[in-house]
Amino acid sequence: MSLAGNLVFWAVYAAILFATRRQRIFWPLVALALLLLFNQLFTPGFFDLDVRDGHLYGARIDILHRGAAVMMLALGMTLVIATGGVDLSVGAIMAIAGAVMAQIAVAHGQSAPVAITGALAVALLAGAWNGLLVAGFGIQPIVATLILMVAGRGIAQLVSEGQIINFTEPALVFMGNGHFLGLPFTLTLVLILLAGFCALTRGTALGLFIESVGDNDTASRYSGVNARLVKFLAYLLTGLCAGIAGLVAASNIKGADANHAGLYFELDAILAVVVGGTALTGGRFYLVGSMVGALLIQTLTTTMYARNISADIAPVPKALVIIGVCLLQSEKARRTFARFLPKRRIPA
Amino acid sequence: MNRVNPKYIPIAATALVLLALYVVGCVAFPNFSSLRVLVNLFGDNAFLGIAAVGATFVILAGGIDLSVGSVIAFTSILVAALIGHGTGPAVAIPIALTVGLLFGAAMGCLIHFFDLPPFLVTLGGMFLMRGMSFVVSPESMAIRHAFYSRTLRDLVIQLAPRVSIPFTAICFIVVVLIGTYVSVWTRFGRSVYALGSSENSARLMGVPIGSTKIGIYGLAGFFSALGGCVATFYMQSGNPASFVGLELDAIAAVVIGGTLLTGGVGFIPGTMIGVLILGIIQTLITFQGNLNTWWTRIAVGFLLLVFILLQKAIGRHGLR
Amino acid sequence: MNASGKPLLEVRGLTKGFPGVRALDGVDFTVRSGEIHALMGENGAGKSTLIKVLTGVYERDSGDALLDGLSIHPRSPREAEECGISTVYQEVNLVPHLSVAENICLGRQPTRFGAILWGAIADRARRALARLDLKLDVSRQLSSCSIAIQQMVALARALDVSARLLILDEPTSSLDEREVAELFKVMRKLRDEGMGIVFVTHFMDQVYSVSDRITVLRNGQLVGEFPTAELPRLQLIARMIGKDIKEVEALSQHHPDAESIRESEPFLQVKNFGRKGSIAPIDLSIHAGEVVGLAGLLGSGRTEVARLIFGVDRADSGEMKIGGETVSVHSPRAAMKHRIAFTTEDRKAEGIIPNLSIRENIVLALQASRGPWRKLSRAKQDELADRFIKALAIKTPGPEQLIKNLSGGNQQKVLLGRWLATEPRLLILDEPTRGIDVGAKAEIEKLIASLRKDGLAILFISSELEEVVRDSQRVVILRDRKKVGELSGAQITEDAIMHTIAAPTAESASALS
Repeated sequence: MSLAGNLVFWAVYAAILFATRRQRIFWPLVALALLLLFNQLFTPGFFDLDVRDGHLYGARIDILHRGAAVMMLALGMTLVIATGGVDLSVGAIMAIAGAVMAQIAVAHGQSAPVAITGALAVALLAGAWNGLLVAGFGIQPIVATLILMVAGRGIAQLVSEGQIINFTEPALVFMGNGHFLGLPFTLTLVLILLAGFCALTRGTALGLFIESVGDNDTASRYSGVNARLVKFLAYLLTGLCAGIAGLVAASNIKGADANHAGLYFELDAILAVVVGGTALTGGRFYLVGSMVGALLIQTLTTTMYARNISADIAPVPKALVIIGVCLLQSEKARRTFARFLPKRRIPA
Repeated sequence: MNRVNPKYIPIAATALVLLALYVVGCVAFPNFSSLRVLVNLFGDNAFLGIAAVGATFVILAGGIDLSVGSVIAFTSILVAALIGHGTGPAVAIPIALTVGLLFGAAMGCLIHFFDLPPFLVTLGGMFLMRGMSFVVSPESMAIRHAFYSRTLRDLVIQLAPRVSIPFTAICFIVVVLIGTYVSVWTRFGRSVYALGSSENSARLMGVPIGSTKIGIYGLAGFFSALGGCVATFYMQSGNPASFVGLELDAIAAVVIGGTLLTGGVGFIPGTMIGVLILGIIQTLITFQGNLNTWWTRIAVGFLLLVFILLQKAIGRHGLR
Repeated sequence: MNASGKPLLEVRGLTKGFPGVRALDGVDFTVRSGEIHALMGENGAGKSTLIKVLTGVYERDSGDALLDGLSIHPRSPREAEECGISTVYQEVNLVPHLSVAENICLGRQPTRFGAILWGAIADRARRALARLDLKLDVSRQLSSCSIAIQQMVALARALDVSARLLILDEPTSSLDEREVAELFKVMRKLRDEGMGIVFVTHFMDQVYSVSDRITVLRNGQLVGEFPTAELPRLQLIARMIGKDIKEVEALSQHHPDAESIRESEPFLQVKNFGRKGSIAPIDLSIHAGEVVGLAGLLGSGRTEVARLIFGVDRADSGEMKIGGETVSVHSPRAAMKHRIAFTTEDRKAEGIIPNLSIRENIVLALQASRGPWRKLSRAKQDELADRFIKALAIKTPGPEQLIKNLSGGNQQKVLLGRWLATEPRLLILDEPTRGIDVGAKAEIEKLIASLRKDGLAILFISSELEEVVRDSQRVVILRDRKKVGELSGAQITEDAIMHTIAAPTAESASALS
């Protein structure tokens, strides 16, 4: 079963690679394939799949499940980065959303839908705050979102009164631990969000406006695009994504931990977006690319875990990925390296 | 004319905030005005202050350094490990400082030669150093050496019968003095300001862009490493998992200290005041006892907001 | 005046190319000690490239530059300064947050044992400013000084090194007349001290009041060098825009098909419309079915007028009427609501969205006017793209090609398509034919004529007088950011436009002498 299953897996993967060979997403997919191939060959048990209680388990499922939070964050972050900005506060917003949900559900004894709605409303408010600072006051995105990055975790602790609030409400626990169609429910959430974002950006003209504002702000404004509104919406949506990711993270551990929820997730999300092919300078964005980027990061972490390398060292390969991607995207670096390569005609 | 140079407004505001916080503390708590509180303020925040001085140079030049916390953690564990393996502090500390310097300069090279965004490069640096800390030692290591247990205790300045300035505080003050000197009295320092104000103008005015940029990140790496060494003096140990997110505190201190995050305007002594403000908020909350530590973060975030908006307002009306 | 001094700078056969353009093509240029030498030319003439080669910002491809007979080859502004060439740039290229004194000495501060001697810097700055007869608190922050003072500080900085050749690249563009007169006093003084001064400007009056000689460049080539006193204004303008003066005078009177459209109400009318520091209050009206040309040299305020009408800049005086009703246009979006369209002069910075496709670039403005939620269907987008690719003869493999891969002329056509898709009633074209090949130029001119016949009001800005004459029913002439004349119908000839541009105004002539 495992051999046949693996063959099917690789056949499908190869088909996807072939179908996307001319697209931006090809190289992130290749990188992911290489990492998986390494595990197929050298990490025993990595490709095992078990069925227990009708649910699938295995390292690959685990990657999808554990990568869900960063995938969600990366969706919003993709839009923000495409407008030429960045949002450093998503990790802090995650912590706030988790704390708000737990507090409403536990301390105030409200039902799950109320808790979830309340938490997402607060997350949207946080996104609107960032949007106001960036689009309204014209403050540089790094600076503007730094404020909430610093204060946000304090606010989360204020909400949770410094405690880790544990909850047992089944609906809340289900979000991060349940299964749907044999797969982790987090995956369903990611797919719903991804579909929603694709519909929102490609089904309307928002995607076009985001790309044009990020590519050439002045020209877009002169063409009548409401650049401020576009930027505001990008931060607002990122707030929403961070809120949902925060709920999932809290649900995962059945508790809201204001100190550690989403810590450093903003950096992983930015990295996922950049790996996925969206340039940090803005312009064209690739939502699915960002998903692949997030999976690549999670696979890297899971690989080290599976090979019994301390998770603490995981940042090292991540750092190499960042620098590598930066160099690949840098015009100047490409020109420098081109000098050392045999001359080849580059099509215009 | 009674014209106040607008670039002094943020630092004046910062000093006022510090003074106000101190007065509030003295009025509210009887022991707050003691000399010991003041001395501890310097000693406890020394490693942050030293790293923040380095971060000030980076921000003055219009860049950003996210690797501060990781570099401090790395140097602390490196020093601890080297001493643990029998190397004396006289060798271990210079090695750590050199590593910090070279590491910062390497990031500067990537930023300068390949036009990479400082944000991503130093993000990479942060991950790399955090991971390498755990490579050096996965666990916290205590430092057992005569220099740490005895010599450091003697390297203090006695102020009053039971109050002395600890060596860490002395390091902090010396670094602030050196940083101030470099920023005001050297060509390199002035080039940093020119670079942060307008890279294009600086180039046309003959400022050496490349060496300045690399120098800035090298200097920041060096100061972060020094911060790491001072942290070992303070904690008598090294810990690979420590100082997570310290870069945020450093950046916050720099901004609250009156340095424009867009570069070109700011003062090293302002950063010292910024660090002391962060410290005094913490002290106040400790004294109060009922308030929890998270108020520190919220207060710092609030101060950040106020100072960023203040800078924005000055940028719009005062300058130009 | 000592215009017959020995050659200080001799440039021989200087050539400098960029991908796709030859910015300088075998240019000779001589500056003598003790003269003020005006360097003139329209956009793309090669003035700034020549200056950047001399100051070491660019490396030359071939040719030679001799300073006092010695070949020089500066590779950076600093090396140029060490050779004795100092430059004051158009935009004040100083550090606004630092003090006046420091700006004068930055990069060459006197030090002792590595420590900067601040006292010596202040002394040096005071001396440098004294040479310009300027008394100033040198500890003041530069940004607190007026632009004129900043310009003087830049000049003092240039003089702080022992400069022999001083290059002033449009130093007067943001100065008022009194400040310009101050600057000229200093320039004359320096000239009399034996310095060679290269003066780049687009203000005619200034050239004639201060320069001894004029070198004219056009399209990267040398047109000629003339003593100022022997080159009448009209001749100078003719050479700058590449016309033989005889040819200009012999040109038959031009009659565009000037049907009278005056009785109807104008589509757009502005009265006393202006903005301080950008354009003096101006009256202007455009009727439906009429092309109004805006003529004037570079920097005369043509683009500024367009930006005011389109709401990019806000007017601080006067009023604007559309179809007889007073309106307030405070943003491009507001202008678009009144069916105004604007293709900008700077295609790259203000026009194209480089990494998007032709289709996306074409639908952008129409989509923006519909807002984000009412998306044009893909079929509709394809149809629009195909229609304009065909109608405007855009040469491209297909609508999904990225716009940055097109030639300048085709990019311009895409931008025209972007605006035509919004079905505008007033189309403002700012240099639509700049930097595109002859064939494409002709097509765009043909298009202008046909759009006019369809009833569009068109405001047409061009440096090419020929085009203005050929395509306009009325021409408004600007000089030095003021409206100085208006011609219509049979009055419109290149000759008449040039005479209007060249006529010196009494006030400016007296102010500068």
